[in-house]
Amino acid sequence: MVKNNKLAVFLNGLVKENPLLVLSIGLCSSLAVTTSVFNGIGMGLGMTFVLIMSELIISLFRKQIPEDIRLPIFIIIIAAFTTIVQLLLNAYMPALSEALGVFLPLIVVNCIIMGRVESYASKNTVLDSTLDAIGMGLGYTWVLFIISLVRELLGSGTFFGIRVLPEAYTIGFFSRAPGGFFVFGLLTALTVGISKKAAGKKGDAK
Amino acid sequence: MNQYLSIFLKSMLVDNVVLIQYLAICPFIGMTSDTGKATGMGIATTFVIILATAVTYPIYYGIMVPLKLEFLETLIFILVIAALVQLVEFYLKKSIPSLYSAMGVYLALITTNCAVLGTTLNCISKNYNYVQSLVYAAGTACGFLLALVIMSGVRERMKSSTPPKFLQGKPILFVTAGLLSLSFLGFSGLIK
Repeated sequence: MVKNNKLAVFLNGLVKENPLLVLSIGLCSSLAVTTSVFNGIGMGLGMTFVLIMSELIISLFRKQIPEDIRLPIFIIIIAAFTTIVQLLLNAYMPALSEALGVFLPLIVVNCIIMGRVESYASKNTVLDSTLDAIGMGLGYTWVLFIISLVRELLGSGTFFGIRVLPEAYTIGFFSRAPGGFFVFGLLTALTVGISKKAAGKKGDAK
Repeated sequence: MNQYLSIFLKSMLVDNVVLIQYLAICPFIGMTSDTGKATGMGIATTFVIILATAVTYPIYYGIMVPLKLEFLETLIFILVIAALVQLVEFYLKKSIPSLYSAMGVYLALITTNCAVLGTTLNCISKNYNYVQSLVYAAGTACGFLLALVIMSGVRERMKSSTPPKFLQGKPILFVTAGLLSLSFLGFSGLIK
C-alpha cells in the first residue's frame, strides 16, 4: 500500500495533474521552444532538473524557512538552480543554449516550479517531494516531446534533424508562432475528450 | 527618432510579446475573461515592465559588469523585479488607495509574469542603450496590452457562440490565439 502511494505521487504529474495539459500552467516555454524535438527535450530536462533540485532543497529545509518570507527564499533557490543549468548548457551544449535563448533564464518564473514548491514541497517529506518533482518534470517533458514532434515533422519535415518528409511537403506554418497555439489547442482538446470519455465509462460502471 | 519609432513598432507589432514571442501566456489565457480585467492587468503590467527595465539596466551596467557578475543576471533581475513590485504595492497602498484597489490584485501576479523578466533580459542581450531599452520596454508592454484587449474582446463575442463540442473550454482559446497570432504574423516585413 505504501509503495502504491509513492507510485501515485509519481504518476500524478505524468497524467492526472499534468502541468501543461490539465493545470495549464507553464505554457510560455512549452510553446516557444518546441520547434524541434531536440530543443523540446532539452528544455524539458533542464526544467525537470531545476524542479527536482528546488523541491528537494525546499522540502529539506521546509521547517527552517520562516513562513513570512518564504516566497523570496523560494525564488532565490529556484533562480540559483536556473543559473546552474544556464551555465552548464552554455559550457557543454552551446547550440542548445543558443536555441532556447531567453527561455532558459525564464525557467525561474515558470509557474510550474513555483506552484509545486509552494503547494507541495513546502508541506511534504523529501522523498515525496522528489517523486512529485520527477513526475511533474517528466509530465512536462513528454508533452513537450509530443508538441515538438508534431511541429518538427510537419513544419520542417525532420525528426531529430533527420529528414523524414521531403521539403516540398512541409507546412512552414507549424514551425512559426501560430502553429504552436494550434497544436497545443488540439492536444488539450484531445486530453479533455479522452478524460471525459474515461470518466463517462467509470460513471456507467457504477 | 526614426530608429526609436522602428524599435517601438517592431516590439509592439512584429515581435508581439504574447502572440509571436510566446511570453506571458498565463495571464493571456487566465485574465482575459472580460475586457475590464484584461485592461487592468495590461496597464499594471505595462507600468511594471517599463519600471523594471529602467531599474535593471543601470544595475547591470553600473554594478554587475564592473564586478564581473554578469552570470548572476537571472538571479539578480528576478530579485530586483520582486522587490520593485513590492515597493510599488506599498507605495500605492499608502498614497493612492483607489488605484491600489483597482490594480492591487494584479500587482502580486506580475512578479512571475515572464514578460517582465524576459523584456529586461532581452534589453541586455540585444545590446540596446538606455533610451533604446526604454523604448523597447514601452513597445513590448503596449503589445502585451494590445494582445490582452483583443483577446478579451474576442472572448466576449465567443460567449454567445457555441464552438464544436471537443473544443469547448480551453482548447478553443488556443485556437483563437493561433488565429490572432497568424494575423500578427502579417506584420512581419513591416520593419526591416
